[in-house]
Amino acid sequence: MTTPGTTPAAGLINIAPPQVEWPQGDFPTAAHQLLKDSQLRKNVRHATNVINAKRAIVVGEMPDWEHLRDAGSAIKQHTLDHLDQYLLEFEAACTAAGGHVHWAVDAAEANRIAVEIVRRHQVSEVIKIKSMTTEEIELNHALEAAGVHPTETDLAELIIQMGHDKPSHIIVPALHKNRGQVREMFRREMNLPDLGDTPEDLADAARRYLREKFLSVKVAISGANFLIAETGGVCILESEGNGRMCLTLPDVLISVVGLEKVIPRFRDLEVFLQTLPRSSTGERMNPYNSIWTGVRPGDGPQEFHVILLDNGRSAILHDAEAKQTLKCIRCAACQNACPVYRQTGGHAYASVYAGPIGAILTPQLHQTADGRLGDGDSLPYASSLCGACYEVCPVKINIPEVLIHLRRKVVERDQGTISGLFGLWNIGMQTAAAVFESGDRLRLAQRLGRIGQIPFVSKNDFIEHLPLMLSGWTQTRDLAPLPEQSFREWWSERSDRTSHE
Amino acid sequence: MRVSLFITCYNDTLFPETGKAVVHLLERLGHTIDFPPDQTCCGQMHWNTGYHREAIPIIRHFVEVFRDAEAICIPSSSCVAMIREHYHKAAVASGDHAFVAEVEALLPRVYEFSEFLVNKLGVLDVGATYPHRVTYHASCHSLRSLHLGDIPIRLLRKVRGIQLVDLPEIDQCCGFGGTFAIKNADVSSAMLADKARHVLNTGAEVCTAVDNSCLMHVYGSLHRQRTYVRTAHLAEILASQGEPAAAL
Ligand code: SF4
Repeated sequence: MTTPGTTPAAGLINIAPPQVEWPQGDFPTAAHQLLKDSQLRKNVRHATNVINAKRAIVVGEMPDWEHLRDAGSAIKQHTLDHLDQYLLEFEAACTAAGGHVHWAVDAAEANRIAVEIVRRHQVSEVIKIKSMTTEEIELNHALEAAGVHPTETDLAELIIQMGHDKPSHIIVPALHKNRGQVREMFRREMNLPDLGDTPEDLADAARRYLREKFLSVKVAISGANFLIAETGGVCILESEGNGRMCLTLPDVLISVVGLEKVIPRFRDLEVFLQTLPRSSTGERMNPYNSIWTGVRPGDGPQEFHVILLDNGRSAILHDAEAKQTLKCIRCAACQNACPVYRQTGGHAYASVYAGPIGAILTPQLHQTADGRLGDGDSLPYASSLCGACYEVCPVKINIPEVLIHLRRKVVERDQGTISGLFGLWNIGMQTAAAVFESGDRLRLAQRLGRIGQIPFVSKNDFIEHLPLMLSGWTQTRDLAPLPEQSFREWWSERSDRTSHE
Repeated sequence: MRVSLFITCYNDTLFPETGKAVVHLLERLGHTIDFPPDQTCCGQMHWNTGYHREAIPIIRHFVEVFRDAEAICIPSSSCVAMIREHYHKAAVASGDHAFVAEVEALLPRVYEFSEFLVNKLGVLDVGATYPHRVTYHASCHSLRSLHLGDIPIRLLRKVRGIQLVDLPEIDQCCGFGGTFAIKNADVSSAMLADKARHVLNTGAEVCTAVDNSCLMHVYGSLHRQRTYVRTAHLAEILASQGEPAAAL
């Protein structure tokens, strides 16, 4: 529907400049900005509460849930231990079935391969199935730069695309938006001034918009949930069925998949088809489970490509303590469970992978060949180590353990620089470590602390303002001053008394 | 039994009342207390913040101090979690086989305070009287690392005069997280605001837990808001025999 007098721009989408202001800076700075957005926090809180409650119910139904977690974890661990072997097996099987396998060392190479395939087919438009991997490599930008317009077919991704926004959640990328906000966006971007605000109205508008794409666009791009080494199959789980449209209607299908997505055997799926939907959307099973193996004349796409993406993954594989990061099946249960994510939403992580998995994956994807962490090194500290993520993870990634491992990498890197060595944190930690060398030193430090705190104790005998890095504490919290006597002083006084009696 | 106490640097320095309560209670139950005076810290702050090189001597010191202990009782679940989850790994990383063996020998003798009472000593009713309205905050480490389950609640139920009220969203983190509260002060404060609101909504006079670190955090907010809700470690409630709730 079009308002008289307005001309819809190319393909009905108004090419408007981005109106969204994304937070800038490291995690604490970005979080500081996002915490002020009470609407966003309400949306995130509501959505995660709903998903967590659904998840708890369907997980509770499974008497063998812990066994399934163990099995999923073991399959993934085994695959990572023999990843080269299974990737080669996949390549051979996929090629034998008529697919083409490409290896991409980084985002640039993956984008180049994808764009070349698209160009060869001389199309100006592609349709996309929801995929975090293509978000990771920013494929949409690469396509647009090559004059190809990508249309997201997943409802939430479409909302993100129309809002010129970025995904803030692995499974529900637009979870930070509520229905009213989506309606406004659709009215504006699809030129539908009379659009109603029921879920049906919104789904209807998207459906009409997308149906035209499914029927006319010749090239589709997807990610994948699993690659099956044994058969060369590509597996996609989804809720809406739009992915299935992309898998069957176009002539050409390109799947961009991280190296770690491979599993050895077809029957390994048995485990993940149970754990993934329950962990991610709180469903017993995904409504649409598609497995795609090669090409068949007259049935579905006639040309099929898999781009195997490294983009930092093999570096993670070589770090024995962090390797478990690659077991992730991107269910987002850890995001929903994380009390930090629940306060800020995903944009604070400045990464397509937000929440606990983002906090460990993102800085590692950006690390240099010698294992030094790159961008996102504030993320390993964006956790209170409460353990809620580990508790829900269907493949048992000990996220707190990896966070601590990455913190160690940050500290050791910083200690190698002058500013790090003489930084307040390092000096404070070195001093504390020296104090903890003996009980006598601790006793002395306690005495000094009682003297040192005097300027900060207020009239009501509490500490309401602290200096330097400790000032963060007293923003919202008071602190009781050190008591006049420590436990150890009390104890030695008491022992003296009893021994003299 | 001869019980060795690790009071933790945090409790020793900031919450001596908790240590005293543990001593009084265990003596009341007929045990002999040993407090090795050279003890300092479990190394948690250094380890969790990423200062592993600095944490290893602290861990060694702990192991040396408690080498000969029969049973080590610790009124802090996060310190016990540190010992159980990371000591072995730290010892292995040091490459010293004797150290690894010592850690392995020590671990089975380490108990969190409430777990020590119930699982080791087999007592639930410790003869306490505490006529107050109390809510229990389950700290993350007690819940997800030590799997204490309802052990602290079962102990509290046996306290005479107590009125226990459930804390909503009991499994949510209070936002302390050691250096997290400083490095990510804003997010930590937002998490704390939720926790403090829940505590206030229970109408409890006292909020208790098995970790003074969380309690210091929660009290920091309750005090800033000028409320009259107090916090007390579980040991202080269990040691109490009817006297007014220990003032902070
Ligand atoms: S880390 Fe675990 S819980 Fe988080 S997204 Fe990956 S598989 Fe899911």
